[in-house]
Amino acid sequence: METPGETSSAAARTSPIPLPLRLVFRDPMAAAAVVFLVAIAACALFGPMLIGELVEKPNFRARNMAPFSLEQGFAYVLGADTLGRSLLARLVVGARNTLGIAAAAVLASLLVGGALGLIAGYSRGVLGNLIMRGADIVMSFPSLLLALIVLFSLGPSIPNLVLVLAITRVPIYLRTTRAEVLEVRERMFVSAATALGAGHMRLLFRHIAPIVMPTILTIGALDFATVVLAESSLSFLGLGVQAPAFTWGSMVANGRGYLASAWWVAFWPGLAILLTTLSLNVLSNWWRTYSDPHQRWRLELAKRSKAK
Amino acid sequence: MFGYVFRRSAQSLIAVAGLLVLVFFLSRLTGDPAYLYLPLDSTEAQRQAFNELNGFNDPFYVQFGRYLADLAQLDFGTAMSRNRPAMEVTLEAFPETLKLASIAMTLAIAGALVVGSLAAAKPNGFFDRLSMTVSLAGASAPDFWIAIVAILIFSVSLGLLPTSGTGTPLHWIMPIAVLMLRPFGLLTQVVRGSMLGVLTSPFVKTARAKGVSRRKIIFVHALRNAMLPVVTVAGDLTATLVNGAVVIETIFGWPGIGKLMIDAILRRDFALIQCTVLVTAVAIFLLNIVIDLLYAALDPRIRHQAA
Amino acid sequence: MSNGTPPLLEVEGLTVDFHSATGAFRATHAVSFAVEAGETLVILGESGSGKSVSASAIMGLIDTPPGEIVSGAIRYRGTDITRLDEAQRRTFNGRKVAIIFQDPLSHLNPVYTVGWQLGEVFTGHHKAGAAEARRRSIDVLRRVGIPEPELRIDWYPHQFSGGQRQRIMIGMAIALGPELLIADEPTTALDVSVQAQILDLLKDLQRTEGLGIIMITHDLEVAAHMADRIVVMKSGRIVEEGTARQVFDAPQHSYTRQLMHALPAAGSGAVAPAREGQPVLEVEHLSKTYQMAAGIFAPARELRAVDDVSFTLRRGETLGLVGESGSGKSTVARMLMRLTPASGGRALFHGDDVMAMDRRALLGFRRRVQMVFQDPYSSMNPRMDVFSIISEPWQIHRDILPRARWRERVVELLDLVGLHADHAQRFPHQFSGGQRQRIAIARALACDPELIVCDEAVSALDVSIQMQIVHLLGDLRDRLGLSYIFITHDLPIVRNLADRILVMKAGRVVEEAPTETLFRTPRDAYTRTLIEAAPKPKWLETAAA
Repeated sequence: METPGETSSAAARTSPIPLPLRLVFRDPMAAAAVVFLVAIAACALFGPMLIGELVEKPNFRARNMAPFSLEQGFAYVLGADTLGRSLLARLVVGARNTLGIAAAAVLASLLVGGALGLIAGYSRGVLGNLIMRGADIVMSFPSLLLALIVLFSLGPSIPNLVLVLAITRVPIYLRTTRAEVLEVRERMFVSAATALGAGHMRLLFRHIAPIVMPTILTIGALDFATVVLAESSLSFLGLGVQAPAFTWGSMVANGRGYLASAWWVAFWPGLAILLTTLSLNVLSNWWRTYSDPHQRWRLELAKRSKAK
Repeated sequence: MFGYVFRRSAQSLIAVAGLLVLVFFLSRLTGDPAYLYLPLDSTEAQRQAFNELNGFNDPFYVQFGRYLADLAQLDFGTAMSRNRPAMEVTLEAFPETLKLASIAMTLAIAGALVVGSLAAAKPNGFFDRLSMTVSLAGASAPDFWIAIVAILIFSVSLGLLPTSGTGTPLHWIMPIAVLMLRPFGLLTQVVRGSMLGVLTSPFVKTARAKGVSRRKIIFVHALRNAMLPVVTVAGDLTATLVNGAVVIETIFGWPGIGKLMIDAILRRDFALIQCTVLVTAVAIFLLNIVIDLLYAALDPRIRHQAA
Repeated sequence: MSNGTPPLLEVEGLTVDFHSATGAFRATHAVSFAVEAGETLVILGESGSGKSVSASAIMGLIDTPPGEIVSGAIRYRGTDITRLDEAQRRTFNGRKVAIIFQDPLSHLNPVYTVGWQLGEVFTGHHKAGAAEARRRSIDVLRRVGIPEPELRIDWYPHQFSGGQRQRIMIGMAIALGPELLIADEPTTALDVSVQAQILDLLKDLQRTEGLGIIMITHDLEVAAHMADRIVVMKSGRIVEEGTARQVFDAPQHSYTRQLMHALPAAGSGAVAPAREGQPVLEVEHLSKTYQMAAGIFAPARELRAVDDVSFTLRRGETLGLVGESGSGKSTVARMLMRLTPASGGRALFHGDDVMAMDRRALLGFRRRVQMVFQDPYSSMNPRMDVFSIISEPWQIHRDILPRARWRERVVELLDLVGLHADHAQRFPHQFSGGQRQRIAIARALACDPELIVCDEAVSALDVSIQMQIVHLLGDLRDRLGLSYIFITHDLPIVRNLADRILVMKAGRVVEEAPTETLFRTPRDAYTRTLIEAAPKPKWLETAAA
């Protein structure tokens, strides 16, 4: 029943770099994932500024140019599409739309789902049930089809796309938050606070919400990958972003017709999607092992055996 | 136990009902169907006549009332784009998707159980790291891209497999392989995580103290307990499988319900949209009941739950 | 050992490390002990002493990694069993040596029947086929005292009670007739009366099968009741060993002496003066009934958790509310604090009915009546530092103390409960169980309450800490003139603190009397059972026999 809390704090004191960061870089896959994601984020933030013009500039000498040759310059190392536009440039710039839409959708669904989950979990009356039934309806239907129907009814535009992606993800946050609130609500320190005289607002925001936040954020990180995939599928099917805006998904759709002649047009964007979601999944897997006290020793042990 | 299944089914039924109402309103929200079905050079009068004839000009609540009445009489309307009863078209396409999905799901589950259990048996070992990488990659891959790359390699370059359609067993290989990739990846992760957790639980310690063999501990003692979250996730995944089916069927030209639904949406065929939604929702509903029963069969604590 | 034959089990110089990011944590330092057939060795120690690690090492249950047996030998009848491979280990575990654990519910596989799990012991060791395994399993169930074994063999673990599950675990352990049984805190999670039955069963089995038993416990009375010899462990080392009588009567090591002081004294003898004073709380016919919803095949049922409980508490008085699990005592506490709504009855606090108070009156009530909860780990928000925890009442009741004086008052309160001023910046997980409970008491004192309800406030703490907290509570009562309602399942612990005791069983009050009167001349049969179920030292029994 006594907890040896001193051992981990001792480690933290010996090095200025925080422990999680040190452990991440011990694992080659997790480290690669971090590096890749940072690179992609940099592309999304700074890409359009740096090589924006190359995106639209047609270059007829480079039409359907194959990759891996530096003939036309470094920008064309991944090849070019039918209009001669640099694929590398389009990839870098496309990161902004792809990641931006996903981030917006995740943020929206996190906030709405989290709030609804707090209410549904805390209230003991009809309201909670009502919210859950609403979530059931959304969840009982394949999200892609729901998105397609909604987008077709409301018209495909970026705000609508974000909206529909957010709506289909809300039930996930809702359910998880609610389940956790239900559990935290019964914990002793909540009873203790009630016995002190705390009211509902205080209990919800001072005690329950801070405990539930980390779980929501963890799901958000994992969900980001799913949303990127969902947006790509929608854009691929033609109901996502419309030209001239583009994401990696719509790039794949554009390249589909040229498979036999210019396979690289469809290949690189899809690969970019794969690597991004893979990195996100690798990292969230790593995070799950790290935050589970029963499993963390596996990470720490790997470090130790390397140090020997 | 039956109380448990009953309650869950009732909840799902409400969801199905809500969904049908939602679809009705969404599919009539924007646009004029006449523009789509009649040729571009048709006159305004012709379009008005078309809408009048098919009841698209009536106020919302009248259309809704008609919709409910039709549903109650099991009249699902005519698929405008094909000029056949909507339900007939739907029920033709549904078994095609069912075949694809059930084979893919079975393979995914079986594979995940074996690979995940073996990975959890020796955590951080070579097999574990390898299988984790493969399953993570599978779970992260955009299915449309994998399909395209597969076609590129196996059809265009190597000429081994056909690009689309049904017919020979060869036609089945790529669609099933691509469809099962994501569920397999996700389920392997879940199985491994669940098994790791169960393998550290106290009753496994008891089994070791009793002198039970390692293989029996993994596959008899641990696996059945680890199955419970797997069943839940597998159930959720089945809805996702329909998502995947839409894309796969579109790319490979498979005449299933996913492709049908996309066509119906693009052609504004209301009756067909409603029909496909209904059939899909009912299928998922029935599947959820099966999952709940499976859950109760696996865990005796749920069977004996006081209502 | 004077005779030439090696002991049944001998542990020599066992050193076990556990590895983590910060290096190795040494769980046991060169631990040595031995046990003979037919003898009971008790390993006595508190949490973190390394006692369970030693037991796990004998059974080969330590996970390596992260654990590592650095050095030492474990010899079974002279043969070293420390580093067996899997096949050898399997001939040993369950057949020669067996182990039972503390929490039987989590140690039984929930998805298989009890019969299947018992039968596996026979079939797994190739001692019987399926049909005979079943027959022998029924015999085992009967031997350990499970009624209707032919029927219950097909039941699942969750369908049994806690005591029965432990019997089943004992059955699984002795099924193949091992020579040594290791019992790791086998009765800690059980009620006192059930504990007595399980301990008797173990003694009975030892007598008929000639078992050697290694019992691990932190409970001094259980140790005195079971042990022939005792080994005392602290922080991974053995600090004392000897016969049971020696260790209890003449402890050599300071730690052992400290432990022995933790035994509740047998009563000071003096009957406390009856506290005269105004009644603070008058509880009349309090009751709580739960409605169980009807299933498809079962009618709706009613569960009476609390049934017509009445008592009066006077100023400065300490009332002990004693009962086993399911007696309703905690439900009474929760109703008094308005954490659970009451189904009937009244509780008059200075004349006002608590059950009927409106929001404003309730807020005022909550200033004057406070509660200390059972689990010091979960009764405080892990994300709030000690300062925030103790000052929270002042945030809720703004008029008690101006904000400028908060820091000063927190330091005063910490001092009052025996902690330091610089503890205010730390977080709950950085403290031990006893320290956390002190923080909880400080929080309860923040509003200057009149009455504090202690709901099993010491039950989750180590034995030596329990008495410290009880002393602290008594001290505070004398200094601040508090009244207490002290709820516990452990009758002896409240002997020195309470003026009067109420005994509850199945929701009803079965006896109420001043403390010493209750202990010396209990009237109700159940009270007598509770008092007698407290384990008595073994040497007294054999002396009397």
